[in-house]
Amino acid sequence: MSSQITQQALPTGTWGVDKVHSTVGFAVKYMAGTFQGTFSDFDARLDDGILRGSAEVASVQVKDPNLEAHLQSPEFFDAERFPQLSFKADHADRSDDELTIRGELTLKGHTEPVEIKGHISDPAADPYGGERFGLQLEATVDRTKFGLNWNNPVPSGDPALANDVTIIADLQLAKEA
Amino acid sequence: MRVLGISGSLRRDSHNTRLLRAAGELVQEHGAEFEAFEGLKAIPPYDEDDDVGEGPGAVARLREAIAGADAILFATPEYNSSVPGVLKNAVDWMSRPAGKSPLRNKPVAVVGASTGMFGAVWAQAELRKVLGATGARVADVELAVGHAHEQLEPSGHPSDPAQREALGDAVGVLLGEPQGLRVAA
Repeated sequence: MSSQITQQALPTGTWGVDKVHSTVGFAVKYMAGTFQGTFSDFDARLDDGILRGSAEVASVQVKDPNLEAHLQSPEFFDAERFPQLSFKADHADRSDDELTIRGELTLKGHTEPVEIKGHISDPAADPYGGERFGLQLEATVDRTKFGLNWNNPVPSGDPALANDVTIIADLQLAKEA
Repeated sequence: MRVLGISGSLRRDSHNTRLLRAAGELVQEHGAEFEAFEGLKAIPPYDEDDDVGEGPGAVARLREAIAGADAILFATPEYNSSVPGVLKNAVDWMSRPAGKSPLRNKPVAVVGASTGMFGAVWAQAELRKVLGATGARVADVELAVGHAHEQLEPSGHPSDPAQREALGDAVGVLLGEPQGLRVAA
């Protein structure tokens, strides 16, 4: 569980997320399309070969305040009892710019293994005298494994909301040390 | 600990109000306070034009009663396979404004009685759904007292031992383990 990410897969050193130029969100099939939301308050860090990420559930943003309130309720994230979702990676493989990360996602008091697919860019100088690299990551999880069981049927009787949710993180990580 | 009881029936001799009062006795046997909300009939139809500030007085009184309670027990009859309009209307008022409902994260449980066979089971399910949408912490307990005119004693306690036990269980869950409440799907 605690084996470090290989140096070939991710850069060495300590890297912190540039929150302004990064996005963390989710996408889930809802009726005839894909519904998306984001978290405005999140963090990500690569430190000593361990990649960690977290998001504050109360910062969920969708296009309707009623729905934002519902998403924070016990039927969904239960922000009162489980204010944060988090991720910790314990293994990564890289082939060219393609990345496969295995780790654990903790959400609503449940921790489950997840496999994340994505892309990485090599560290490059930024205009501020620093260095940064990019990660574009996606992981699909079954929300019911985390106790997010809400649903409603459409007239056919089929559920309106899919169980599989894709968590999306588009991160710029800047070198700290 | 303070439990607020809300009956979805306004009728003076309502089976659900009697059932709720019986539950209230059990609450008090646990050493907790119980108050039955009496003001449901005074709550006006929801109108966003009236939903300013604290809103109408009857609404403010219900909001205050809910905010001052640690848990809420609803007893609902069933009208046309669903929740009585007066009760749904009250919950609609309480759901506003979004994200600041006094029901938000509040432990709630639903029981029900009807003179038919099924004990308001559909109304209970729909009320749980509505309460879940407000952000309440809905206990996964159920008591459906059918043939209530025969199955409830004058005190409101179910005469059937299994249903009497179920009422006690519902109260126990609401009182005893609010941290362990399972959210009804």
